[in-house]
Amino acid sequence: MMPKSAALRLSGASKSNKHGWQAILAALFVLLVLAASAYTFLYLKHDPTLTDLRGRLQGSSALHPFGTDHLGRDVLTRLLLGGGQTIGYSLLALGAALVIGIPLGLIAGYRRGWVDRLFMRIADGFLAFPDTIVAIVLSGLLGAGIGNLVLAIVLVKWVSYARLVRSTVLSESQKDYIRIARTNGLSDARIMTKHLLPHIAGHVLVLASLDIGKIILLISSLSYIGLGAQPPTPEWGAMLNDSRPYFQSRPELMVYPGLAIVSVVLIANMLGDYLRDRFDVKKEVQP
Amino acid sequence: MIRQLLHPFSSAAPVLSVDGLTRTYAGAERPAVQNVSFALDRGECLGLVGESGCGKSTLARCLMRIEDADRGSILLGGQDIARLNGRRLRPHRRKIQIVFQNPTAALNPKLRIADSLIDPYQQLGQGAKLTHFAYTSRDAYIRRLLEAVELPAELAGRYPHELSGGQRQRVTIARAIGIEPDVVVLDEPTASLDVISQGAVLDLLDGLRTSLGLSYLFISHDLAAVHRMSQRVMVMRGGEIVDRFSANDLFAEKRHPYTKELISIF
Repeated sequence: MMPKSAALRLSGASKSNKHGWQAILAALFVLLVLAASAYTFLYLKHDPTLTDLRGRLQGSSALHPFGTDHLGRDVLTRLLLGGGQTIGYSLLALGAALVIGIPLGLIAGYRRGWVDRLFMRIADGFLAFPDTIVAIVLSGLLGAGIGNLVLAIVLVKWVSYARLVRSTVLSESQKDYIRIARTNGLSDARIMTKHLLPHIAGHVLVLASLDIGKIILLISSLSYIGLGAQPPTPEWGAMLNDSRPYFQSRPELMVYPGLAIVSVVLIANMLGDYLRDRFDVKKEVQP
Repeated sequence: MIRQLLHPFSSAAPVLSVDGLTRTYAGAERPAVQNVSFALDRGECLGLVGESGCGKSTLARCLMRIEDADRGSILLGGQDIARLNGRRLRPHRRKIQIVFQNPTAALNPKLRIADSLIDPYQQLGQGAKLTHFAYTSRDAYIRRLLEAVELPAELAGRYPHELSGGQRQRVTIARAIGIEPDVVVLDEPTASLDVISQGAVLDLLDGLRTSLGLSYLFISHDLAAVHRMSQRVMVMRGGEIVDRFSANDLFAEKRHPYTKELISIF
């Protein structure tokens, strides 16, 4: 019978090897998308918002490899720039959620007592609303727009990070090394940054990479129903919506952004799975 | 007066003197530590034996001010630290350090050994006159510490999981002695080690006590280890000290029945 920790480590190791190529592929793909977006932005051959009604709904050609949309705009340019928009705003929302969630979780888990109870009640309040509802309500109140959509996502997402960090800190701060750090006169802030922060990095990274796919989907789907990116901004969800009336005659106009969303979300999930296998395994060896 | 009663052998002032220490946990019927008094002389190793749950570790945590005692005083170098807090307690923290039973829990698994070792010096040691571990540079200091506990210097860059149990416990010992405290509380320092490492760690601790002039409160359930290390022994049961004697008198006829019971187990 293998000890539990050894078995865990072994399975963790084999899994991470199995998923290694996926992670590399995923990272490459993300880089490729970002590079392509940057390239198109810097060396714009086509203005992504310039309408040309005489050249609308064209098939693929040397000038327009993916053809043009219902307003005569180059689809490839809009697709690549839209990738930058969608992924960029998703990362922005995620980053803001981390910036709010990590410190609050650290403080609640470390301080305990009434600070923690207050935090948990607030978190419960935020968790009571599904993200789509918050986004729709916020758009109704503040007006539709990508900024308000990002705000809505941040309002919903920070809670899960704060709770994750809190639970890790709750268990770690009971250990002897934190007691010793206290008897050695380390300030609370120093204990949190030096001793506790390294413990949550892996967990947060895993949750974030699993979340990014969901956020991309959320931004795209809410843009699709008109609550996110506003025309003429190129954004995948909005592009899907724009090409809906031409589905019969030019279905590929919906297929391109659809495929783009699916592949980026898939890649993000693969990356998340890889990181989960990589970090979930306890490195600590039992005595 | 109390000191003379508790420890009639020595004339120098004790480095640590505990009087009437009592600690009751919320909801508990009886105190975990009840009216414990003792004095610890410079360079002495005082053993504290008792079975699991008798209050040994609670006493250690009270001494370290990890927990607050309900009553009693803890005189550390003449100053009662039992009621001090925050900034007023801080200068006294340097004088007392602890080594816990489980070195795996006592070292942050995410930090390199050097980063764990430097904490006490960075927080408490600066400005203190260190004679054996004088701080010239971080690297040199860490190297001296590892040398003192007979570990190779290259372990400084490793993580705790890359070390053996015995090596990890040596690291926690190095961390405790690095700011040259007066008193080191050893809370079952060998309980989670194999027999060979146990002997080696005990030898190391004994050598450090003599060379650095440390005083130990050596807590253990292992009567043999306590007998080997200590000049005096206290026996604890149900939170109270029931017997105290010089290590040479362990097998004397007048021992407390509970002490005899403990001897018979070994």
